[in-house]
Amino acid sequence: MKRLILALVAVAALHAELPSAIAIRNARIVPANSPTIARGTVLLRNGLIEAVGTDVQIPADAWVVEGDGLTVYPGLIDSISTLGLPNAVTTAAATGGGRGGGANVIQAAPASTAPPARGPEDRPSTTSWEKAADEVKPTDTRIEAARSAGFTTAVSFPHRGIFAGQGAVVDLAGEKGGDMVVAPSVGQYVTLTNSGFGGGYPGSLMGSIAYIRQIYIDADYYQKAKAKYAANPRGNPRPAYDRALEGVIDSPRVLIPVSRRIDVDRMLRFATELKVKAILYGAVEGYRSADLLKSAGVPVLVNLRWPEKARDTDPEEIDNMRVLENRDKAPSTPAVFAKNGIKFALYADGIERRTDLYRAVKRAIDAGLSQDDAVRAMTIWPAEIYGVADRLGSIEKGKIANLVVTKGDLFQDKTEVKYIFVDGIKFEPVPEEPPAFGNRNGAPSNGEQQ
Amino acid sequence: MMKAFLTTLLACAVSYAAAPILIQNATILTVTKGTYKGSVLIRDGKIAEVGEKVTAPAGATIVDGTGKYVMPGIIDCHSHIASDAINEGSVSVSSMVGIPDTINPDDIDIYRALAGGVTTANILHGSANSIGGKTIVLKMRWGKDAHDMIFQGALPGIKFALGENPKRAGNPTGQRINATLRYPATRMGVEDVIREAFQDAKIYQQEWKDYNAKVARGESAVPPRRDERLEPLVEVLEGKRLVHAHCYRQDEILMLLKVGDEFGFKIRTLQHVLEGYKVAKEIADHGTGASTFSDWWAYKLEAFDAIPYNAAIMTRKGVIVSLNSDDAQLMRHLNDEAAKTMKYGGLTEDEALALITINPAKQLMIDNKVGSIEVGKDADLAIYDEHPLSNYAKVDKVFIDGELYFDRDKDIAGRPAKEADKEKLLEKEKQMEQQRRPNGGTNRRPAE
Repeated sequence: MKRLILALVAVAALHAELPSAIAIRNARIVPANSPTIARGTVLLRNGLIEAVGTDVQIPADAWVVEGDGLTVYPGLIDSISTLGLPNAVTTAAATGGGRGGGANVIQAAPASTAPPARGPEDRPSTTSWEKAADEVKPTDTRIEAARSAGFTTAVSFPHRGIFAGQGAVVDLAGEKGGDMVVAPSVGQYVTLTNSGFGGGYPGSLMGSIAYIRQIYIDADYYQKAKAKYAANPRGNPRPAYDRALEGVIDSPRVLIPVSRRIDVDRMLRFATELKVKAILYGAVEGYRSADLLKSAGVPVLVNLRWPEKARDTDPEEIDNMRVLENRDKAPSTPAVFAKNGIKFALYADGIERRTDLYRAVKRAIDAGLSQDDAVRAMTIWPAEIYGVADRLGSIEKGKIANLVVTKGDLFQDKTEVKYIFVDGIKFEPVPEEPPAFGNRNGAPSNGEQQ
Repeated sequence: MMKAFLTTLLACAVSYAAAPILIQNATILTVTKGTYKGSVLIRDGKIAEVGEKVTAPAGATIVDGTGKYVMPGIIDCHSHIASDAINEGSVSVSSMVGIPDTINPDDIDIYRALAGGVTTANILHGSANSIGGKTIVLKMRWGKDAHDMIFQGALPGIKFALGENPKRAGNPTGQRINATLRYPATRMGVEDVIREAFQDAKIYQQEWKDYNAKVARGESAVPPRRDERLEPLVEVLEGKRLVHAHCYRQDEILMLLKVGDEFGFKIRTLQHVLEGYKVAKEIADHGTGASTFSDWWAYKLEAFDAIPYNAAIMTRKGVIVSLNSDDAQLMRHLNDEAAKTMKYGGLTEDEALALITINPAKQLMIDNKVGSIEVGKDADLAIYDEHPLSNYAKVDKVFIDGELYFDRDKDIAGRPAKEADKEKLLEKEKQMEQQRRPNGGTNRRPAE
């Protein structure tokens, strides 16, 4: 026990003795929003990038990391995540598939003993006021694996309910939750959850849509009523405080799930009707939807969990053409978006193992996405979509020192992650855990080999 | 941007300036203007000319109709296809929801309906609630996006439901023995729910009237909160939204007609209305339409006192009657359903065809655009290889707005290529699967 305490003290001391400056020299640098530097230096100080280029003077107080044969990228951003929210159920787990944040997927509403909702006025499945920023913890055990894959930042959201809550941009390291937060409220996470036939309101997709519509009507009315009251409280009845509406009003963006082309069409029209700043997520059929998205100018977060053939299905039963085509073409979505100038980013939907993540990105690259755009779709583009490109997403002077240093290009089978820097603090990847039995990405498990 | 817009406009113009189509030497069943051998000329999506002799304009596409029958595209006044959701069953009044929010243009049943000669369908919310969701009329424009399927100019509707379905959730039976019960549990309750909702709607309507009057007088006023549940009911009161009411029994039919009278709104159609023959005169007096089945009944207690003469009797009593499908399969042979009314009730050919063409068009108030073969109407046509009232008849071609949406020969000819495409994809998937496994997947088998 005494030894343990000593060890803990030693770790704490180590943290305290971190160098104020680190220089990675003679490395290939991919800044993401400017041309690649074949051989140069990145200088980090106090958690920020102090200098980058071919002629950076390395100060005497800096620790030096030899970058020969290595490539420095901006740290990867997982643009929809629950990292740091250990109690959150990931979409995948909650839906038993979670492919593409599908609009059709019926999620179980949060368990509750409350009587079934009788209408929008009961504010069903709504926790719009909850903020991921208030809940994130650096102790989430999934963080280390994600960081080892190259993620330095996640945009973490509460996931349950129709208005699930407000997401935060968080860096994947820190002493306390508060240290991790880069931007506390970047958007409201919306799902089209419903209770199914026989439950409370809403019990159908159209009920969820109607509920969302009424909420925005109410929010608009609420704001006007509050402003009117604030201007002249005396002699006027006060509007009742409504935290569900407060949460919606506080959210600068709203994330709306789409899966098929019809969802994209439907939700783009819906966002226009509601006059909200929308981000679509999922987009399994994005490759079929470019014409709609191009004219709309709405950014899309593309789920990296590509649709796959369900396991243990009847081998005699052959999927229909639409399903087959979707499995074949879904990974071409990022390439189609890049070609059409549609702003997008990629998100991992809980794929945290490096091998699985890179394999998923590689499929998009094989389907026509350029290597550079793949990097941008996980660095500068998500930063732009969430309005934090002034501090994250590229290797530029003054930005937060989030980097991933690899041997070999990112997203290849043999890519070796050497170091990860989060807020200027250096981490080395932990060995990857073996894939779980029957994992969906197809690597054979030991059980199958016998 | 502007340039792209212009190009789009140009493209539209080109598609509209498409060559006229002349269907020749066919038997033309106009439904409203008799039957004759001759031609139909389609120009700019409309029926431009009909007659025994029509001269082919320069550049016209000729469709040889020798031995074939041309009828107006079938209109189904009660369908649940082409939507991602049907029933918001959680509440007794679900008027805040609607099919317009969940139209699914990828539903294969749209194509299959086309193959059965259907060109227009009234897509209804389900019948779990006394007052259900909003409805919409669609044209079966397979391949178009949701918005482009909407029948422009058709009034929106709303579903009502009486009897067993809306009261079921109020009764602790079967699997609902421990479920939370929902009011109402009886037919009396259903009436009460409808009356209460319209009382609320009247108050709401008055609030807006008062507000608008104040604004008009230049006074400062706070607008009422917009209520998505009551808005459609106000539209019903103002005649801007049609009521399609699911019902079976004569007592509940009369009840609803009276509630409409009390609040000053019309029931546009009674749906199912299997006991309509008992109260046909009252239905006719209210100017209410009836949309029923030919011979589908006895699937629940309230659907037992039914006869195959229902459509014919109501027709003879002066009710505008249509036959509907309420089912994606039945939707594909509504012509057969119409034919049955000639045997049961002795309707004429034109009267029988009217049940699936001009009559549902009248019920949906779109008879100025569709429902018969007349100059100026939309070129929504179905060509059959036999008389459509014969159950040997098959649909050859279907036009909507003069555009060919179904072609039997093309469909059959295209099948081998589609099969080959599918084989290719299956093969590709198999190879990918093998690549991902070391030893090509052979290690999955137990050693011998």
